Amino acid sequence: MNDVKTATLNATATQTTDMSLVSILGAAALGLSLLFAAGFAQASVMHDTAHDQRHAMAFPCH
Amino acid sequence: MFKNLLTSAVFAGVAVGVIAAVLQFWLVTPLLLEGELYETGARVHFSVGGSTQSDAGHPALFTDPMRDLMSIGFNMVTFTAFALFLAIGFALTERGGHEVTARKGLIWGIAAFIAVQLAPAMGLPPELPGTVAADVELRQIWWICTVLATAVGLGLIAFGSTLAGIGGAALIVSPHIVGAPHLDTYFGVAAPELSAHFATASLGTSAVAWALLGLFTATLWVKFKDS
Repeated sequence: MNDVKTATLNATATQTTDMSLVSILGAAALGLSLLFAAGFAQASVMHDTAHDQRHAMAFPCH
Repeated sequence: MFKNLLTSAVFAGVAVGVIAAVLQFWLVTPLLLEGELYETGARVHFSVGGSTQSDAGHPALFTDPMRDLMSIGFNMVTFTAFALFLAIGFALTERGGHEVTARKGLIWGIAAFIAVQLAPAMGLPPELPGTVAADVELRQIWWICTVLATAVGLGLIAFGSTLAGIGGAALIVSPHIVGAPHLDTYFGVAAPELSAHFATASLGTSAVAWALLGLFTATLWVKFKDS
């Protein structure tokens, strides 16, 4: 019985760890996409609209 | 966990985006608009009879509401992205057994300013519009490598052993030993005083924004975690 309980607890712990790693990876992917769009995308429409902010933040964008 | 990461980052990023935009409108945009006078040739330095004189003063502010709204919007997006990385840092250090507090968040923000703004600016200073510089891809590679090396280096100093800290310091110095890509000619059309002032104003406003971003993101991270 105890073995089953321990196994369940371990499985839950592993699951929580896995879920938080997935969350961290998801957040990192979202952060990178936003940063690329705001700071580095070379399309001229993106560049013109983000112009002042990119200069103020010193992104090497052109 | 993802919800906590996202909500802390979005609330902090949007708030700091607005604050950063206000600071930029006050201290950076006037210099940027003045730089555009030199970029377009409306104002010229170094050309009238060999004189180095040119008028100082910026054009009127807030003449293009869409441009100003875009600056506010892109500040929100950029700082939300940066806040996501800070929140990820908080999640990872908590997994390593380190407590996150609002005050520690402030230190994280200042360290992130050093990694993302100050260290790259030592090789690639903030540029006025119209500045001619080396190949953009080479500069982006050096910028990204410098940000990563400085962030990892500061992390090793903060959380590693003495030996790891020494390794971290070496990592922070390494991109500057390699050196940022530069041209072998100067092309500056704007007055040097204006370029220098733009660089310092850009760094100063970013420092305030980053410190607040660390403080806000950590405060919200702790609050949402407990609720």
